[in-house]
Amino acid sequence: MDSRDPTESLVMTEQNPEPQASPEASPGLPRPTISVAGEAAARPAKRSREIGNVELKGLNAYYGGNHAVRNVSLGFPSAEVTAIIGPSGCGKSTMVRCINRMHEEIAGARAEGQVMLDGLDLYDSRIDIVAVRRSVGMVFQKPNPFPTMSVIDNVTAGLRLTGASRGELEDRGREALVGAGLWDEVKDRLKAPGVGLSGGQQQRLCIARALAVDPEVLLMDEPCSALDPVATLRIEELIAELKERVTIVIVTHNMQQAARVADTTVFMLNGELVEVGPTDEIFTNPNDDRTEQYVTGKFG
Amino acid sequence: MSGPQDHALLLDRGNLKRRNRLNKLVGVVSTIAALLAVAVLLIVVGSVLSKGIGALSFHFLTTPTGLFGDTSGGISNAIVGTVILVAVAALMAIPVGLLVAIYTTEFAPNRIGHAIRFVLDLLNGVPTIITGIFVYGLMVAGNKQSGYAGSVALAIIMLPIVARTAQEVLTLVPATLKEAAHALGVARWRMTLRITLPTAAGGLLTGALLSVARVAGETAPLILTCAIFRQGVLTDPSEALASIPVFIFQSSESPSPEAHTQAWAAALILIAFVLVLNIVARAFYARSRKRMGA
Repeated sequence: MDSRDPTESLVMTEQNPEPQASPEASPGLPRPTISVAGEAAARPAKRSREIGNVELKGLNAYYGGNHAVRNVSLGFPSAEVTAIIGPSGCGKSTMVRCINRMHEEIAGARAEGQVMLDGLDLYDSRIDIVAVRRSVGMVFQKPNPFPTMSVIDNVTAGLRLTGASRGELEDRGREALVGAGLWDEVKDRLKAPGVGLSGGQQQRLCIARALAVDPEVLLMDEPCSALDPVATLRIEELIAELKERVTIVIVTHNMQQAARVADTTVFMLNGELVEVGPTDEIFTNPNDDRTEQYVTGKFG
Repeated sequence: MSGPQDHALLLDRGNLKRRNRLNKLVGVVSTIAALLAVAVLLIVVGSVLSKGIGALSFHFLTTPTGLFGDTSGGISNAIVGTVILVAVAALMAIPVGLLVAIYTTEFAPNRIGHAIRFVLDLLNGVPTIITGIFVYGLMVAGNKQSGYAGSVALAIIMLPIVARTAQEVLTLVPATLKEAAHALGVARWRMTLRITLPTAAGGLLTGALLSVARVAGETAPLILTCAIFRQGVLTDPSEALASIPVFIFQSSESPSPEAHTQAWAAALILIAFVLVLNIVARAFYARSRKRMGA
């Protein structure tokens, strides 16, 4: 999977008898011609800014009759950290879950609009949902390592369960643990159960697990809300290192956290996008009154 | 902050006194009910033990039943028969039951899942003699009794137990684990096979063992489908096999007091088997719950 066009594998093969729903669909999907061949061998820390750009266009998300995300258009630039802030229930988690199409796993939930990953619409009918999730990884609120698996098996779970060859598992697993800043702490107990680690280590294990499948985008849904301040700090340091490798979108309740880690901050309210801007500006000199009231603690 | 009249509320009198007395009464009544339940078990086990232990011997366990009325034999044929009948039934019911549970919890739309759950509960409520008559009509009438017919009847009784317990266990697997697997781009069937089932393994085994314990003592369906058998230890399920419940039934119908004692001894073996299965099942369940963080 190294020397592939990163977006090509998302499209289901032509033999796949997927009915074409939209007659107006363009004859060929936009195929960005991105070369990652050079990167593949060395797997460098830095990567091209042309990979991992996400753009939402007119995104709407619903839970049954509840309109949770309202017509959001927004870009998440490559190699940057974007934080989403807003009061509980404002749709920030829902919006993020639309990017890897996890939203529709919930019964009665649906999404409309476009989510473009490097120019490819992830909601196109030809897209393979399972492949989307390999390109767009996710870390959840509560650390959720697989309880039946050891540390190393947890890290390589995504690879093993998606049919990677046995040979590359060990290297990729170690690489992911190093990448998640966990290698030194667990190298002597790779075979111990993953759930035996501390909460903060478990969360970094989950980050390693998400990184091991080599995603272009990493979604983090309040990744520190179940962690103590020290473990939170470790994760924040990690985010700063990882942004060279993946596009990071982090949902957070903690405004200080957004201020510490994010290049860009997005403020949402009642399912609507209120304001996007450089983090400094959002916190010191926002354009919208509602943003100012929220960041100064007047509500939420 | 509170005047003297507020402190009066803390005194044990009036309404509070009545509530306290009611509280004590409910506590005592429910404790008695619990003791009663335990007492019933102890009385059953105790009487079976005291009446059956006399006839229990190595000879009794290792010799097949004698000819009708002859009480010099034992129950080796019935033990072997029960093991075979239950094993064949388990081979039929457990895989199907697990697949039904997997379908309803992991794949089926909610409405269909609920419908199947309801159907299983109905099937679980069918009296076992009806199941026996059904299998008699299906496989025995116009043919002959057989171990397979008995096993099919037992399997029909097992199926809803296996499926319902497996459903309960599978729904206990934390949604966060399934989310994690989805988010890694793992296909649904693979997630079920590699994440959900291993996480729930202990609980699934518990359900299977409990269903085995349940049908090991079933008598009515076997009397109709698998009760007229040849002498000696038989192992081929295509002919009728002896079984412990049928031995107990037939011996207790006999006029001879020795046969009655033998029935008690066989009952003791059956109860011991069921108790051990239950204890093992609990142990697996405890382990599984720990794993699922319950």
